[in-house]
Amino acid sequence: MELFTGVTIDWLGKKWYFLAFSLLFSVSGLISMGVHFARTGSPVPLGVDFKGGTEVQVTFANVPDANQVRNATDAAGIHDVKIVAYDVPAKHELLISMPEQSDVNVDSSRKRILDALHQHYNNPILESSVQAVGPTVGRQLEKQAGLATLYSLVGMLVYLWFRFELIYGVAAVVAVFHDTLITVGAFALTGQEISLTVIAAILTLVGYSMNDTIVVFDRIRENLRISRREGLTDVVNRSINQTLSRTVLTSGLTFLTVLALYIFGGKVLSGFSFALVVGILIGTYSSIAVAAPMLVAYQDWRARRGKAVSLPAAKRSR
Amino acid sequence: MKKNLNGKIALIIGTLLVFLYGIFGIPKGVSGAALEQAITQRIHLGLDLRGGAHLILQVVVKDAINAETDNTVARIEQAMADSHLTYTQVLKPDPNTPQTIRVEGVDPAHSSAVSSELSDRFGAEYDIASNSNDHSFTLTMKPSQLADLESRTLDQSIETIRDRVDRLGVSEPVIQRYGLGANEILVELPGVEDLDRIKDIIQSTSRLEVHEVAGNPDGYATEQEAMTSLGGTIPPDEYLVHGDPQGVSSDGTDRVFLLKRVSIVGGRDFRDASAIGPNDSGRQGVNFVLTNAGGQRFYDYTSSHVGTYMAIVLGDRVKNVAVIQSAIRDNGQIEGQFSKEQIDALSLTLRTGALPASLIPIEQRTVGASLGADSIRQGVIAAIAGTLSVMFFMLLYYRGAGINADLALFLNLVILLGFMGFSQSTLTLPGIAGVILTIGMGVDSNVLIFERIREEMRAGKGAAQAVDQGFAHAWVTIVDTHVTTIVSAAILFMFGTGPVKGFAVTLFFGLLANLFTAVFVSRVIFDSHLNNMKAGARISI
Repeated sequence: MELFTGVTIDWLGKKWYFLAFSLLFSVSGLISMGVHFARTGSPVPLGVDFKGGTEVQVTFANVPDANQVRNATDAAGIHDVKIVAYDVPAKHELLISMPEQSDVNVDSSRKRILDALHQHYNNPILESSVQAVGPTVGRQLEKQAGLATLYSLVGMLVYLWFRFELIYGVAAVVAVFHDTLITVGAFALTGQEISLTVIAAILTLVGYSMNDTIVVFDRIRENLRISRREGLTDVVNRSINQTLSRTVLTSGLTFLTVLALYIFGGKVLSGFSFALVVGILIGTYSSIAVAAPMLVAYQDWRARRGKAVSLPAAKRSR
Repeated sequence: MKKNLNGKIALIIGTLLVFLYGIFGIPKGVSGAALEQAITQRIHLGLDLRGGAHLILQVVVKDAINAETDNTVARIEQAMADSHLTYTQVLKPDPNTPQTIRVEGVDPAHSSAVSSELSDRFGAEYDIASNSNDHSFTLTMKPSQLADLESRTLDQSIETIRDRVDRLGVSEPVIQRYGLGANEILVELPGVEDLDRIKDIIQSTSRLEVHEVAGNPDGYATEQEAMTSLGGTIPPDEYLVHGDPQGVSSDGTDRVFLLKRVSIVGGRDFRDASAIGPNDSGRQGVNFVLTNAGGQRFYDYTSSHVGTYMAIVLGDRVKNVAVIQSAIRDNGQIEGQFSKEQIDALSLTLRTGALPASLIPIEQRTVGASLGADSIRQGVIAAIAGTLSVMFFMLLYYRGAGINADLALFLNLVILLGFMGFSQSTLTLPGIAGVILTIGMGVDSNVLIFERIREEMRAGKGAAQAVDQGFAHAWVTIVDTHVTTIVSAAILFMFGTGPVKGFAVTLFFGLLANLFTAVFVSRVIFDSHLNNMKAGARISI
């Protein structure tokens, strides 16, 4: 069985569509982040891991009623709780959370919530999980996860610079950045919280998108070496077409795995697999529609400034 | 031309065995239960997968600095008295910078003698500055000393916490420095769901100290009253402590005591504590035992202070005030109302040594075991469903060569898990994300190679040559994609903590394994297939 043999699609001829598409999504991502920022003071909905706060997952003996729970907490003088149905029909579970104010006593909110519930309900309540994070730790974690990701991007850029040319590295990093922006934007748009597991998913998509981009770049480098007289546009088009069946196959299979995760993974993994489902689609798209056209755009720009046109043929490699 | 593949095949089988050992060790049997036990002994599951408690504690290093400088204050007073040097007082001027000590009101005639005395005795640990205007000396702990003290405090805290957790019978706890902020300790307790009791014991400073009573041994009704009796200011070497409602002020009213700041004995001077039943007068209490050094100090003090009062302070509350009737060497009693839990906790904390500083929990999570089990079950089902469908598709699309890919993928997972077993790494939920990316890239490597071989065959090359060329071309790409991602995994490992690290570990090992399986193993399978083929036949791809 073979798909996509001898395709000759003019990808670069569609670059304006790509640009429009990418802009549409990036800008709507940015706008929804902006709207979210204006409403809550943070560009994306952050989980308690990052923003600090208390989140108690409570299992009730009978089907719980969110209003009743709210009455219970209100009666105890706790007014800023958020109550989310977690797995009500099967396990009678609610997620009750409130923002944490103090760094000194992270445990106090949990105790207040549970005391309120115990006063209201006679039937036994089981806490199945608790997270209480002080605001300082949350900020430290946010900063550190951001820095680690930034450093790893720089590391990849340097490696690509060494193996190809600087512009290849820049293009790859821009493409990855584009993917991350759109994925995070999707979280802001759908109001899902970014937690630590979602960060792991975003790191996965960075790796995946980078991998995809390098495969195309590698082919461009190889083709540039064998056909020196062909224009860069044609070489890039041909390289994308030659790797197309691999791109579709790999993305399709990875998408399959991630989809399985999204469907069977349950509530715990939902944010995680949502990020991957979006990320794989965008990551595949960006290698073809963002990273590769950037090489051509860069060369055109150099040509207009009267510089040598033969670049960016990559460095020799064995 | 046939290739001799025996060496390579032996290498592959050897690798397989080594990493299978990494996963299972030498199992006690081949039954499912024995294998499961073997595997859980070597591959640890993170708290998010098996349930347990996770705690991040901030160490209040200031406490340790305070204790250290309190001690120095006492030593300075002693040194000045020994050398008959005149001064008004030695004090710590600012509670927010406990590393600074000031000697005030030095007799100008003694100035140079004091200077040399101080630099002789304390110059190694403190920077000493003199102020000739008000005839004072300022001692500030050297930054290197301070850093050393911080580090020692953290290590001691970790040691003490580990000791306490061990005695509570928690298995496989993780207690280590947490790299995110300064002076933080990470405590992970697998299987612990009721954190309250354990947390109380872990962070119980329960500093048991004996202080000299400076003011009225019966205490004062309020801090205000204590201040008034002193004429408005508390001497710098003394401080006010409230009474414990279940101790001295058993009638429930609050009492305030004026005590000398520097303790007679305290902290690590204690060795043990045990409960004593109700005595003749119907009161019960705790019996404590001092270490040899502490006992000697206590003896020296009590023998020269018979008739004066001392206060027993537990956790910043006066438990008991007693008159010294005779010299006491190494044990004593605290009377008062104690519950059994209180005595057990006190005894445990005294036996494990006092914490050098107090601890503040700044993050706390518990995951119920059933929730962890749910995550595992769902994660594993999803991973298996995903992997199987990928394997099935590879067979469908690449036919014979699909077997190569599937074998390589299987071996990759074995090696990855084996690495985890050897390095005693912990598998977490983010770690599973790393595994997914590894599987994705493993499949991708095979797809790259196979597509390339197909291209070469379309260009009219024979089977052996197509395989050769396909691998040669794809190899460059595979190296680039893998090294890039390995670089990023290594950086994430170095700079990340917790979940980011968990992701980096599996990705790093997985990609290393991948370079071996997707390229080397897959190639050997192709070659052995080519060896058995008739000349001119087509390979199944």
